[in-house]
Amino acid sequence: MPEARGKDDADGVQIDLISGQRMDEMATMEKIRMILDGVHDGKIVILEEGLTPDEESRLIEVTMTEISPDEFNGIEIETYPKSSANNSSLLGRLMGNSESNAKLTVIGPADQIETLHKDETLISALVSRN
Amino acid sequence: MGLFTELKDSISRVTERLFSEQEPKRIGIYGPPNAGKTTLANRIARDWTGDAVGAESHVPHETRRARRKENVDIERDGKKVTIDIVDTPGVTTKVDYEEFTDEMSKDDAIRRSREATEGVAEAMHWLREDVDGVIYVLDSAEDPITQVNTMLIGIIESRDLPVLIFANKIDLEESSVKRIEDAFPQHETIPLSAKEGDNMDEVYDSIAEYFG
Repeated sequence: MPEARGKDDADGVQIDLISGQRMDEMATMEKIRMILDGVHDGKIVILEEGLTPDEESRLIEVTMTEISPDEFNGIEIETYPKSSANNSSLLGRLMGNSESNAKLTVIGPADQIETLHKDETLISALVSRN
Repeated sequence: MGLFTELKDSISRVTERLFSEQEPKRIGIYGPPNAGKTTLANRIARDWTGDAVGAESHVPHETRRARRKENVDIERDGKKVTIDIVDTPGVTTKVDYEEFTDEMSKDDAIRRSREATEGVAEAMHWLREDVDGVIYVLDSAEDPITQVNTMLIGIIESRDLPVLIFANKIDLEESSVKRIEDAFPQHETIPLSAKEGDNMDEVYDSIAEYFG
């Protein structure tokens, strides 16, 4: 199987879409390391099932410890809850299944993502190639 | 004095002593940079102890390390609540020292950003380990629906910490408390101006009710 190309191999931006199944097999710090290694390499990382609140907290904490002047400014992150109490269907609410922890998360390097905008049905990222 | 009365008085004295010796609740003041967290912490500390917590500034990340004001006794309706106020740096996922170079030298800006990142990491760690309740401060003149706010509220909820949302800066013309209430309808939102001291009675009533 061909290896995915990194930032130095092409004049483009690599996007890694990580399945929920792959994330399920990893410990918290493994997930965070994988995300931040990808972002350090200039990749956009998309998580099929996002992170738990505790993992999000640790991601912010570890990101902060790795910020370095002129090298790494941190991350941009946006998340979609796949459903929630506020936006689930009326039928779903009536059936009592309105809450779900599943979510889609987009994470990228702060110095390369010009804008990361979310509206009700779309996360849109404008990425500079530097 | 009868045996029953003596017993009742004795139980009452023990209960009072137990409550008076309770550890103060550690209440973390969290929120994005420049929401007015330190201004609020100072307002509360000055109102009840006479001392401030730390310096206030319009420059983001003025509070780079968490600061604590211990044993702040808040009295409401004859009931006393003792809290330790923990004023934390504004939580963010990115810090760029170049944002500060208009206001200071490059070396100072780098030092400030380094301290800010350490402070945010510390604040996140404390949120998981060291606070009993949270006051989440938002600037009511800004859009509250940001990823950091949504994530932090989610983290706080996942830890089952009692949380009050304070819609600060209601003295500003563009303030909208409803925008904050609509963004986080699952939590009580208290409007206030920490700078002007507006609505502080309701703030203290809420703190006593939630954290007492």
